[in-house]
Amino acid sequence: MIKFLIKGLLRDSHRSRLPLAVVATGVMLTILLTTWITGVLGDSINLNAKLATGHLKVMTRAYRENMDQLPVDLALTGTDELIKSLRTDFPSVSWVERIEFGGLLDLPDENNETKSQGPFAGIAADLFNEGSGERERLSLDKILVDGKLPSSPGEILVSSMFAQKLGIKVRDKVTFIGSTMFGEMTINNYTVAGTIRYGSALLDRGSILIDISDARKALDMEDASNEILGFTGSDYYDDAKATEVMVSFNKKHPEDHDQFAPVMLRLRDQNDLGTLIDLMSGVVGLISFIFILAMSVVLWNAALIGGLRRYGEVGLRLALGEEKGHIYGSMIAESLIVGIAGSVIGASVGLSLSYLMQQKGIDLSKMMENATMIMPGVFRTRITPQAWYIGFIPGIFATVLGTMLAGVGIFRRQTATLFKELQS
Amino acid sequence: MENSEIISVHDLTKRFPMGLSEFTALRGINLEFSRGEFSGVVGPSGSGKTTLLNIIGLLDNPTDGDAIILGNPSRSLSVREAAMIRRKHMGFIFQTYNLLPVYTVFENVEFPLLLLSMSTGERKKAVLEALAWVGLSDKEKSKPAQLSGGECQRVAIARAMVKRPDIVLADEPTANLDADNSHHILQTMEKLNKELHTTFIFATHDEKVISYLRRKITLVDGKVSHDEVLKP
Repeated sequence: MIKFLIKGLLRDSHRSRLPLAVVATGVMLTILLTTWITGVLGDSINLNAKLATGHLKVMTRAYRENMDQLPVDLALTGTDELIKSLRTDFPSVSWVERIEFGGLLDLPDENNETKSQGPFAGIAADLFNEGSGERERLSLDKILVDGKLPSSPGEILVSSMFAQKLGIKVRDKVTFIGSTMFGEMTINNYTVAGTIRYGSALLDRGSILIDISDARKALDMEDASNEILGFTGSDYYDDAKATEVMVSFNKKHPEDHDQFAPVMLRLRDQNDLGTLIDLMSGVVGLISFIFILAMSVVLWNAALIGGLRRYGEVGLRLALGEEKGHIYGSMIAESLIVGIAGSVIGASVGLSLSYLMQQKGIDLSKMMENATMIMPGVFRTRITPQAWYIGFIPGIFATVLGTMLAGVGIFRRQTATLFKELQS
Repeated sequence: MENSEIISVHDLTKRFPMGLSEFTALRGINLEFSRGEFSGVVGPSGSGKTTLLNIIGLLDNPTDGDAIILGNPSRSLSVREAAMIRRKHMGFIFQTYNLLPVYTVFENVEFPLLLLSMSTGERKKAVLEALAWVGLSDKEKSKPAQLSGGECQRVAIARAMVKRPDIVLADEPTANLDADNSHHILQTMEKLNKELHTTFIFATHDEKVISYLRRKITLVDGKVSHDEVLKP
């Protein structure tokens, strides 16, 4: 009987190929959308973590209140001791010092008069110490557009769009004009070792990257930095682990009146990234729900139309003595076969396309030039373990649900009307 | 053989609700059918022929009275038991053939046997035999769309007969056929009736069918107006 029903299923394109195509398309779209959103939001979160927020960030309470102004005068002091204790207390987290600062970058002409000038946001990181992992974390080899990476003090990297705007070339001498941690004016000369492109328009528009020792000298920040970033072991943000570390640290440093006492924030507490994280974790369930709903409606309709087409067949089977429950069961079994087969096909295509888009990405950097938050310019999908099975939920569930709903008609059917139906 | 009673209906009444009132399709019918009969229920449209066939075929229940089918009172049968009797002991032939279009002739005829859980070998033997009865041995691999109307109805007869049922109910089996094909399938059914002693009950108003009947039951307004033996 099963063989007989499968034969019918394979031969009848309305029962097999059409629903199979609908299921495969739905599953493929579910996977693509899930991996796309996970990829784009995940990359945004990662980029923010690497460049600005870390997975955890330690700062003074005063700095926390004015973080968007990058105030160096509200920086942490005695950071050597602080980072040592952080490494002791939380050895599974990688701790690095960063200084974020602002100022003016001046490009002089041959007469040392200003040729061009522009404001920038600077990131100072430990570039010369191999053990810091900052070169890898910031992917400096990948983002270098021209020139070389800084190899000695006094060398800086300038973002490519900023360099283009000011007419800065590799090996040019530039002057940083700003204020020290103590509010005094500071003027320092640097050599442009190379230009970089982060892939985030916000940073590429006007930023420099400098070794932290150079920044400390320029800003008079010996044994100080305005931020200590922590990165949990995984490449991706682990909210539970970050929360555990933050709670433990902040318990040790309770809120008091000392505005320069350290406080720790998680990634989700900064730059509205909490919304992105919640969106990312909620979005997969939401997509599945929407697709289950939409596909259930589509497949319900397809099954209803199929049921109408098969009205004669069902009537005949009832007349020949097949039980209603058996017919209903066989229709559900058919839909299960279609659901599984469609899900496998849809998942294969969806995962293949996702893999392709994970490798190649879609470059939307031109459209992101005016972005006001750190976002990647190249959008990529990300295949997570969830992506391997997420499509099967709507693929199988919706198909079976649609058939179950459509098949209710079998039980409502009066056997007595069979002759009339079969004569029509 | 023809003397053993396999169907009897007593004071059979069937009423259908029609809006606020009721339509009475059968009014106190009393009939008996013996094994091997070749009978027809004839009458104009609306006389109650199909309703009577439905009740005999255990597809519907009477409002009053009862039908005893193969010793089973229809009113006491559950839906499952009724389906079981149809599956094992009854064959149906419809006006519009109702063949399954995606299956071959062989598979269409095989279908009732699948419901009886017969072995593959037994099924094959029975299907080939049934196709031989109706002269379609060479069409076993054809699909219904490749057959003429007459051939389709012969497949339907083979499907009804393949399990060698006790009773075959045929509702207007010639309505879609021309005269030649009608005679051909009626001769086939007559032959099977004689060879296998299957009880055939037709619902018809086709004179061609009536000319083959050995017993004619005339229904008028839900009542038996004549019950006559045409051929001994």
